Amino acid sequence: MGMTITEKIIAAHSGKSRVQPGEFVYADVDIALGNDITAPLAIHEFEAAGLRKVFDPGRIVLIPDHFTPNKDIKSAEQSKLIRRFAREQEITHYYEVGRCGIEHAFLPEQGIVVPGDLVIGADSHTCTYGAIGAFATGVGSTDLAACMATGKVWLRVPPSLRFVFKGALPQWLGGKDLVLFTIGKIGVDGARYKAMEIGGPVIAGLNMDERLALCNMAIEAGAKNGIIAADNVTAEYEENRAQRPPKSVASDSDARYEAVHEWDVSKLSPQVALPHLPENARPVEECRDIRLDQVVIGSCTNGRMTDLRTAAAILKGRKIAPGLRVIVIPATQEIYLQAMEEGLLKIFIQAEAVVSTPTCGPCLGGYMGVLAAGERALATTNRNFVGRMGHPKSEVYLCGPAVAAASALTGRITHPDEVMK
Amino acid sequence: MRGKCWKFGDHVDTDQIIPARYLNVSDPVELAAHCMEGADAKFPKKVRRGDLIAAGENFGCGSSREHAPLCIKQAGVACVIAKSFARIFFRNAINIGLPILECPQGVEAIAEGDEVEVDLAAGKVRHLGTGKTFSTAPFPRELQEIITAGGLMNYARQTARK
Repeated sequence: MGMTITEKIIAAHSGKSRVQPGEFVYADVDIALGNDITAPLAIHEFEAAGLRKVFDPGRIVLIPDHFTPNKDIKSAEQSKLIRRFAREQEITHYYEVGRCGIEHAFLPEQGIVVPGDLVIGADSHTCTYGAIGAFATGVGSTDLAACMATGKVWLRVPPSLRFVFKGALPQWLGGKDLVLFTIGKIGVDGARYKAMEIGGPVIAGLNMDERLALCNMAIEAGAKNGIIAADNVTAEYEENRAQRPPKSVASDSDARYEAVHEWDVSKLSPQVALPHLPENARPVEECRDIRLDQVVIGSCTNGRMTDLRTAAAILKGRKIAPGLRVIVIPATQEIYLQAMEEGLLKIFIQAEAVVSTPTCGPCLGGYMGVLAAGERALATTNRNFVGRMGHPKSEVYLCGPAVAAASALTGRITHPDEVMK
Repeated sequence: MRGKCWKFGDHVDTDQIIPARYLNVSDPVELAAHCMEGADAKFPKKVRRGDLIAAGENFGCGSSREHAPLCIKQAGVACVIAKSFARIFFRNAINIGLPILECPQGVEAIAEGDEVEVDLAAGKVRHLGTGKTFSTAPFPRELQEIITAGGLMNYARQTARK
């Protein structure tokens, strides 16, 4: 019996020739990540346990991105703690505000994570890096603390589900639409504890930004990881980025899957997920009368160049709807600069949108666009839980960048075709 | 352990357990003051030490924030019984030593305010009102070892000493 990519990467990091779903392993970790919310707890645990030195200062990544540039005194104290720890432990991959961006955009962009890696992150969207062919999964702060000491993590080998996308993806759709559609089909616990292995001709035609958006939301189906086998798109992306040699891993032809889903997406509409769960995915046509107070374009899901280019193509030379607030957040400093050089920031500002420095900010109701009671936002972010972006009586609808930009022009949820005739 | 149950539905996410606006601190006492606030704003005032939570499917879905099981533990909740747990919440609870049990039939039989008795080691939930007992599959040995040690850091320290 063959193995899946996920099983192969876990086996290779556990000193085993093969592993099976359900098996427990203590795996060697290539990269362990924490941010300004989760790392402080991990540092407290690490220091309270009397531990002195991290296992390898070159394998730990600390990114202040959630409440930074710090929004208040308490969050500034959290960042100060990480900064102190990073200095004392001589952490290689500590990046100060202004030198990084949103962790899950920054790590692949800088080649800190590479294909074939086993990555843990004290952030649920760590599964994003499956897009480059790495096994990457979200864990908690105590996992991070233990890993900082030992370089290892306990894992139960997940069974794999295979998703095959066929046909031709229509205009305006991307990785985000595919993942919202998928979660709509299988539910927010449809892949709970499992690996989502994603492939097929549609995926082969997606660029890395779209793949990252897709794998980013594997957690929203409850998955342990999402993963796409490295191919020539991956190889091209890694050129001049990978800080360590990439390892290309593919599933065996006789690998075992708990289920295989095959979908032809040729007739798929752009997807919108209604409050208050990502599984409430609908074709945009069914949402067209929903009026909006705010649109957010950004986040670890859709704050990359492809997303900004798509949004700018729709907003170019136009103004956003009266009474609406639009917030655009490039995900990293590199993306911010590139968007400036391509003239995208000018398009957003002339359309009367706010352009913010990279931050997770409004996605989790942190700052930079928090909602009041009764307000409704359409966002390219990843969660629409109760109170996610602010007041418990506010609402978040999820979509891709094209629908977000089209809706920014009308003030209600809008199919891009309607404004791009 | 025995106690009174607070009942919650399916897919209670971590933003309901501890909204992100409170994550600018790591202090469990401050966090516990907002425990379950997104699901029931009065919960932090109502919950008493030794109470239990009985919840539906996929409890703790969403973010990796360990602040979620941490604030539940600090609020005095003795055990969370759910039909199922989201995976990061599950491992966080094991890692910090918050007792949890997956017991779908037990949850089905429990209403808010019911008193139950939980035997973690045996994996049994007994409804004190009806006298019915519900059994669950015990955790695998590897997890039992972490639980018995009182969490992952204790476990790591103990195994390092061996």
